[in-house]
Amino acid sequence: SRCIMGRAMGLVGLLLGLVLVPAVLVSTSLRHGAPRTEGEAEPSGWELAADAVPEDSLWPLPQWVRTSPRQLQLAPSRFQLVHGAGSSAGPGCGLLQDAFRRYYEYMFGNSRRRRRGRRPLAARAEPELSQLQVVIEAEDPGCDRHPLLTSSEAYHLTVTEPVAVLKAYEIWGALRGLETFSQLVHEDDYGSFLVNESEIHDFPRFAHRGVLLDTSRHYLPLKSIFTNLDAMAFNKFNVLHWHIVDDQSFPYQSIYFPELSDKGAYSPNLIYTPTDVRLVIEYARLRGIRVIPEFDTPGHTQSWGKGQKDLLTPCYNEEQPTGSFGPVNPILNTTYDFMTKFFKEISSVFPDAYIHLGGDEVDFSCWKSNPEVKEFMQKQGFGTDYAKLESYYVQNILDIVSSYNKGQMVWQEVFDHKAQLKPDTVVQVWMANNYAHELSSVTEAGFTAVLSAPWYLDYISYGQDWKKYYSVEPLNFPGSEKQKKLLIGGEACLWGEFVDATNLTPRLWPRASAVGERLWSSRNVTNLQDAYKRLTNHRCRML
Amino acid sequence: AENEPSWGTPCTELLVYVSTPGCDGFPSLNSKESYKLSISKGSMLLSAEAVWGALRGLETFSQLIGRDENGTYYINETEIVDFPRFPHRGLLLDTSRHYLPLRAILETLDVMAYNKFNVFHWHIVDDPSFPYESSTFPELSKQGAFNAMTHVYTASDVRTVIEYARLRGIRVIAEFDTPGHTLSWGPGAPGLLTPCYVGKAPSGIYGPINPIINSTYQFMTSLFQEVSTVFPDFFLHLGGDEVDFTCWKSNPEIRAFMEKMGFGENYKKLESLYIQRLLDIVSSLGKGYIVWQEVFDNDVKLRPDTIIHVWKENAMQYPKEMANVTGAGYQALLSAPWYLNRISYGQDWMEAYKVEPLSFQGVPEQKALVMGGEACMWGEYVDVTNLTPRLW
Repeated sequence: SRCIMGRAMGLVGLLLGLVLVPAVLVSTSLRHGAPRTEGEAEPSGWELAADAVPEDSLWPLPQWVRTSPRQLQLAPSRFQLVHGAGSSAGPGCGLLQDAFRRYYEYMFGNSRRRRRGRRPLAARAEPELSQLQVVIEAEDPGCDRHPLLTSSEAYHLTVTEPVAVLKAYEIWGALRGLETFSQLVHEDDYGSFLVNESEIHDFPRFAHRGVLLDTSRHYLPLKSIFTNLDAMAFNKFNVLHWHIVDDQSFPYQSIYFPELSDKGAYSPNLIYTPTDVRLVIEYARLRGIRVIPEFDTPGHTQSWGKGQKDLLTPCYNEEQPTGSFGPVNPILNTTYDFMTKFFKEISSVFPDAYIHLGGDEVDFSCWKSNPEVKEFMQKQGFGTDYAKLESYYVQNILDIVSSYNKGQMVWQEVFDHKAQLKPDTVVQVWMANNYAHELSSVTEAGFTAVLSAPWYLDYISYGQDWKKYYSVEPLNFPGSEKQKKLLIGGEACLWGEFVDATNLTPRLWPRASAVGERLWSSRNVTNLQDAYKRLTNHRCRML
Repeated sequence: AENEPSWGTPCTELLVYVSTPGCDGFPSLNSKESYKLSISKGSMLLSAEAVWGALRGLETFSQLIGRDENGTYYINETEIVDFPRFPHRGLLLDTSRHYLPLRAILETLDVMAYNKFNVFHWHIVDDPSFPYESSTFPELSKQGAFNAMTHVYTASDVRTVIEYARLRGIRVIAEFDTPGHTLSWGPGAPGLLTPCYVGKAPSGIYGPINPIINSTYQFMTSLFQEVSTVFPDFFLHLGGDEVDFTCWKSNPEIRAFMEKMGFGENYKKLESLYIQRLLDIVSSLGKGYIVWQEVFDNDVKLRPDTIIHVWKENAMQYPKEMANVTGAGYQALLSAPWYLNRISYGQDWMEAYKVEPLSFQGVPEQKALVMGGEACMWGEYVDVTNLTPRLW
């Protein structure tokens, strides 16, 4: 039997070598098959070539690309995506089987040429590429498991005759490599499918590359969520941050508390049943995308109160309740009984290791107006510092969720208001004002951070605003190397106030692609002209 | 079920009464769009002077119908007297910056009808592409379209659009914008555009239409002869905006011409010369014309029934332009505050809604010269994937 360790070590060594290779050796320097030389600077000055070069439509740009002008031909009726010899995965690996079919269709479409050709093809100079062999190197491919923050997404793609080989440590890297391979295959003027001989080493710069969808401000039908997951896979995003409920509506159909959606959804058909949720999670998993649900409390919970009596704080005007409600009531035991049961369900419904608990924009005015809350404040010795009450609540929720062995993500206010967080809590930085400073503070305190502040894609504006998202450099904040390592990635957010299924896709894409490349590709891939060329090709392909 | 209201006898027909015949004609600026709707127990009547009013009334009638939770369709007793404040209520689509497939145009016409728009301003060609298939000059689209097989409007397509619009009471006003915005015309009409010079030699780049050679005017005559026949509306939009003089200035023959004519360095005079000849051509073909505001701003001699299209929006100066245009006795169309391609976050519909077109300094006779306005959806960042949610 082969020495598994040896292969693993080999790949690790290769990856280490990659990391040490000067950043300059990114694809742009290795266009025309020049032998790899360390530190060779690339003459800049891109001209729009009359005939496009294959790398002209790679997105995100891989860490290391070498292509040659030598082309290989693919015959749709014969070309196959298969498991290679020595792969720990085989035909029993449903995830890869599904990916093989999906990528075959992306590459060859509903081409009639998939049938055996009636006339023999005119003899071409190009040799035929008959297969892409996929080799998973990890001992246990984990085809039925869910992706993790720590999953390996690295891959090594070699395209030469007669077979191309895609090696990846884990199946997640194979998915990323299949996407890249599909971006290399192109049609010529005669309708033939060609691919240039190439070699690609690739891995993501950041491990958490997410898109936030908001299904509370406007319900999003499953179809539109699936379309979005497809687009995410085209751009190598790996996290769907599902902001599933909020003030306006509660579409999540809870098993323990069915009244929440019965009373809180916009209407009985605008809900996500347990089956719907499973479908989303599995659709995402097959694309290597984690689904992190967000149940945002104690603020942003108006819709919870419709189906759960006494959950929200009654607001007062002097001595009288006004009839309106504020954030979750932090002083009642019933609140925590509810949350314990509720998050037990959430922890079992959503398989990801993390749950997002929200904690943003808590308006204290209702708490301040409520006499029982005021009394509680006094008893606890919080004085008039309601941030302390918020932290008291948040800490309880964090403990509850921890007890179910889930990690927690929170919005930055939870950190800013000095709640005691678990050491592995992930803080999402979203406030645009001086976010670099916030990143410094969060990482200095030793917490991992995810950046969203410059990537609120719901804030539309006229013209090519993708450039401004592309030009963000997440590590541009004051901090030590150790601190910088704590920034694990970012998320493009599409809040739903003005978004529903009629405009979601054109609003989010391809603008989010800019964020996708920023989070995957190397730090020095910043040339806007080159990006424009690749992005326009990528966009047409995504359509 | 309990609590079911007794609806009584259902109403079975809406009677539509039109006093002036004319089902096969085309709508015009003077068309009557007024209607009366009378819904009462026992009778539902829509009456209008012309078929166009009947169309508007049908739309309103369809908006009055409700459905209760049992699925019953109902309508309240209603009396409506309606007519448009402005006779020209238009929408501009740009099919040059991005080609729009026929279905996108037809869908837009449907939604225009829901909103009682009555003019489709078809900005059909421009710098980036020439999708209009001309029978007189087939090379224009062959060489100038993004793809001459797939990204063109055939004569049949154009007829389809015109008829689809007519059935909804919508006029189709085509815009062939010259002398600027014409780069795509060049490949299919050699010699039409001005060759730009660097020093004494042509640079290989082209500029606006060449105003000093006879062949230009022969070409325009032939082209507009065709366009006048293809598009039945009385008006054609002739463009005339954003003419960049740099290329003309660089061309020695043009400079010589400027001297001969005594225009000095005032290239606006050259532009005027071109536009005037173009207006004469179009008039002689029996058409009226609409032009962008520069044509007025640059003192071109215009026919009294020219319509000036006000579009420049710098620091809320457009009311002044409206005052100037109408003060000079010309009819005006307003688009400046309604460039819907300039998207922004939030409920920007409110800004468009708050515009009061007659809010400018002028006497009632001037205000009466404002024919209406147009919402513009320029196509730099718009194609079929995002047109509908961006526009509506």
